[in-house]
Amino acid sequence: MSTHSYKKNDDADSSVLPDKMSVYQECLQACNASPIQPKKCRKLLSKLLRLFYSGETFPKTESTSLFFSISKLFHNNDPSLRQIAYLAIKELCSVSDDILMITASIMKDIQNGDNIYKPNAVRTLSRVLDGSTINSAERLYKNCIVDSNQSISSSALVSSYHLLPISKDIVKRWINEIQESIVANKSFQTSSYTTHETNNYNRIPNSTYIYQYHALSLLYQFKSNDKMSLIKMIQQLNERKTLNNSLAQIQMIRFIEKLIIDDSKILVNNQLWPLFINWLNNKSDMVELEACKLILFNANKFNSEQQLHAITTLQSLLSVPRTVTRFSAVRILNKFAIKDSDKVSVCNLELERLINDSNRSISTYAITTLLKTGNIETVDRLIKSISSFMDEISDEFKIIVIDAIRTLSLKFPLKYKSMLKFLNSILRDEGGFNFKNSIVEAIFDIIKFIPESKPIALEMLCEFIEDCEFTELSVRILHLLGNEGPKSENPSTYVRYIYNRVVLENSIVRSSAIIALSKFALINDENLTKSIKILLERSLKDIDDEVRDRTILSLKLLNNNDNLKDAKNYLLPNYKYSLPILEKELSKYVNNNDKSSFKESFNINLIPKISDEEYKAFELKEKLSGKLNEIEKESEINNDENKRDDKNNNGKDSSNSNNNSNNSDDELIVSDITKYTLLQQQYQSELSQLPEINEYGTLLHSSNKFELTEKETEFVVYAIKHIFSKHIVIEYNIENTLDEIILENVNINMEIDNEEYIEQFSLPIERLEPNSKGKIYLSISRPENDNEEDNYIMANIVNSLSYISKDLDSEEGDEGFADEYQIEDLLITPGDFIIPTFTNDFTKEWDELSIENSSVFNLGNENSVNLQETINKLIKNFSMMPIENSEIISSGKNNHTLKLFGKSILNKKIACTVKFAVSSKSVMMKLIVRGEEEVLVEERSNTIE
Amino acid sequence: MGNIFSSMFNKLWGVNEEVRILILGLDGAGKTTILYKLQLGEVVKTKPTIGFNVETLQYKNISINMWDLGGQTSIRPYWRCYYANTAAVIFVVDSTDKERMETAKQELHMMLKEDELVDSALLVFANKQDQPGALTAANVSKALGLAELKDRSWSIVATSAIKGEGLTEGLDWLIDVIKDEQL
Repeated sequence: MSTHSYKKNDDADSSVLPDKMSVYQECLQACNASPIQPKKCRKLLSKLLRLFYSGETFPKTESTSLFFSISKLFHNNDPSLRQIAYLAIKELCSVSDDILMITASIMKDIQNGDNIYKPNAVRTLSRVLDGSTINSAERLYKNCIVDSNQSISSSALVSSYHLLPISKDIVKRWINEIQESIVANKSFQTSSYTTHETNNYNRIPNSTYIYQYHALSLLYQFKSNDKMSLIKMIQQLNERKTLNNSLAQIQMIRFIEKLIIDDSKILVNNQLWPLFINWLNNKSDMVELEACKLILFNANKFNSEQQLHAITTLQSLLSVPRTVTRFSAVRILNKFAIKDSDKVSVCNLELERLINDSNRSISTYAITTLLKTGNIETVDRLIKSISSFMDEISDEFKIIVIDAIRTLSLKFPLKYKSMLKFLNSILRDEGGFNFKNSIVEAIFDIIKFIPESKPIALEMLCEFIEDCEFTELSVRILHLLGNEGPKSENPSTYVRYIYNRVVLENSIVRSSAIIALSKFALINDENLTKSIKILLERSLKDIDDEVRDRTILSLKLLNNNDNLKDAKNYLLPNYKYSLPILEKELSKYVNNNDKSSFKESFNINLIPKISDEEYKAFELKEKLSGKLNEIEKESEINNDENKRDDKNNNGKDSSNSNNNSNNSDDELIVSDITKYTLLQQQYQSELSQLPEINEYGTLLHSSNKFELTEKETEFVVYAIKHIFSKHIVIEYNIENTLDEIILENVNINMEIDNEEYIEQFSLPIERLEPNSKGKIYLSISRPENDNEEDNYIMANIVNSLSYISKDLDSEEGDEGFADEYQIEDLLITPGDFIIPTFTNDFTKEWDELSIENSSVFNLGNENSVNLQETINKLIKNFSMMPIENSEIISSGKNNHTLKLFGKSILNKKIACTVKFAVSSKSVMMKLIVRGEEEVLVEERSNTIE
Repeated sequence: MGNIFSSMFNKLWGVNEEVRILILGLDGAGKTTILYKLQLGEVVKTKPTIGFNVETLQYKNISINMWDLGGQTSIRPYWRCYYANTAAVIFVVDSTDKERMETAKQELHMMLKEDELVDSALLVFANKQDQPGALTAANVSKALGLAELKDRSWSIVATSAIKGEGLTEGLDWLIDVIKDEQL
């Protein structure tokens, strides 16, 4: 028997899993045998565990009988057998019935069992307990948490974590013990099993302090909602330098990160920064990396000195022997270089060394980082070294490199030749769609933004489509050729390439080639037009209907010789529709439940048009900021939209929306504009459902949200001002946060301090349930002066909320009592008449605007003013678009200039430059406004709200 | 095969035999107290057993695996999982709990019907004799209907787990029966 089982055991080493059923049978047999043979059982159980760990499972009845059989092993006191039995039971617990049978035995082991298997017992117990039995284990867990044996303590802490879903309240009662265990000094207990290792004593640490990590994570579960106590805990732990475990320190850094992100008011002041210094010079790489990550990815919370400190730490990590560390360090630098390449350039020397790193992932990141930080002289050299290892890296990394090249070529337009040469050479390499696509994208961008590159780049693309396996790419390139080819010096050269596609390709490519061809007929070259018509006519008998249709359309348009304007409008439109909005409207149209709405065709005029100029300007900005992936952009817009919807639902987050936009300073301008447009549309559709307001005409502009109460008051109120040509509608959003009070007939009592505005009517809320929200609309008429400019009149509105308040559980006939609630004043400001607008060339617009006015403000003491917050507030209140990334302060400077641009509701331009000067005494702000309308310019420059 | 040989050798040479005994009974009858009184010789403070306790004790050259299974209603259904290879069952009754005598009887008879227990000896402890109002062993025997049992060696002993009275007498009888049957 024994030789038999020994032979069988051989295959445990092989990769073949033992047979499930025979393991099952043998386990049952061995466990029920009398007397028990511990060694044999251990072997069998390890086979069983091997099955479990490789993902095998048993049906419920079988695992239950396994469970009961294994429980019979408990009368044998062999510690190793007990240990492995616990491992097996732990796995079986999730699939077996009636696991509570083992409870008493486990508890006994925890109370007075051997230290060898005690940790296993503690961990297994947490799987066995349920809501009804957890009480009886409370004492045991408390004792184990404070046990001086490290293994027992951390297993108890981890088990407590697993018990949270069963009963958070009970685990919460152990909080003192948990706190105590962070501070306590625990060690591995030397047992008879470890004594023979005493020779190597120095190599075995006395304690790994891993329990600190476990205890800290557990504490966080209870403190995460209480910022103050969390901060207190962090500070206390650090003052006494209690944390020795690097995982615990990392955890701490992550807690701080969460705090910083959640609460914009927490700044890394003198209290927190010393902790960071400690972490940045830590003996553990992990801790250093985590701290750097926190600092650099949340750069707006740290000043430039602090950021540089982190970069210096990373710099030293770039040359450590551990590959993982080098990789993480270079990866963080790479990401940060997108935002602020100047600061990273101090690491250039180290980065250049990494180009030849044996790990290709590291070298790729090093190169792309260098491409971002590099200056115009080093570009050529870099590109050469990239070409040498392009073959050795995977497609994903190639894409990263290409994206970097693309950003670089936009940054250094003069270098387009070498860039294109590089792109062309890799375009010929083997590669998947994503890889090729990113190359084509890069070439597209170079064509778009570096006009000199056109002839070379277009020729490259022409050659590429001669042998391109991806239909999508061919179509896009053909489209581009159609747009750019006719503008080139020698259009006819491209015609051959395009016509080849008509002859050789599939129908999708053919049809887009047809359109591209027809565009060549629009230039005033009779010969060319004539030959193109001939080429097109050949496609009239194409087998594919789409190709035929397009051919016919093109020919028809082209044959109308008198008026090529139509043809131009159709074939070469000079505007695009805003795609996200088009998508939204179309899906709204298609998903409409009311079938009768299909009688009317979809109205394309609802979709805002974006002129080519504007579109290009947005794109350039976005590409330079490193956002490269179209799909990513789309999804981001959608996310923003969702986020905003959420916000509308819970109403009070209006200030957060402001914070968000400054958190992600690389947020896209396109999405800014789209967001604005979508929001306006939503307001418009909401308002048009009210008959009283519907007749006011088109909504000209809606302001941002203005809070009229604190966020934590009984009633939370914020207002939005909607400007119409002859009226202003104020939307008051009210949330009743009281649990037991119902409000009825909620209305706004308002007084306006300017006689030119006349209150017209208000739409009160009839009934506001506890914890619900409602909207009051209030309409006032705008002054009607002949000179429209004079209608920009500022005013102050004094508001109060009036309502009848009733107790939730009051009697039927209870009439409640009338009450008033004072809320803050609302201002009608110049910003209400200004629509944020993007401009490509601020300086040019600035120079062209003639009316100027300026004023100077003292913002107060340096320490009391947060410049970034002030800027965010200005942008919001002015309702203007920050231009040239001027909303981001490059930290460490004493001066900053903010450039804002917008258009009034009468479609007149207005621009501001706001200059900040920080001196030791105070922060000064000079506001210069230029515009086309005198009144607005004057009003704008006089106040900053 | 190996098992048979080794057990035969054990019997021939009189080496320690391992026997398996279950201690069953309704909740609060005193099973856990009896187990530890037998093993440690002292009265331990007990809580209702969720599951089971198992101890090995050496008694007259025999090593006995004593399984004390919890007696709560919710746990009784699982007794049967532990019936296999059982040499004897000790059924503990709280002699003062006249109201639940009927329940105890039902549980006992249901248990004895199990195939796996056909050959097991039965020892009944009429426990808690130290308390006033306790039924005598004879009365307990009547209440449990022990006389109806056929084809089984059984005995009833009046015990007090706290004082330690009657336990060894009962165990002596049990060991004799087991030795008789197995050798």
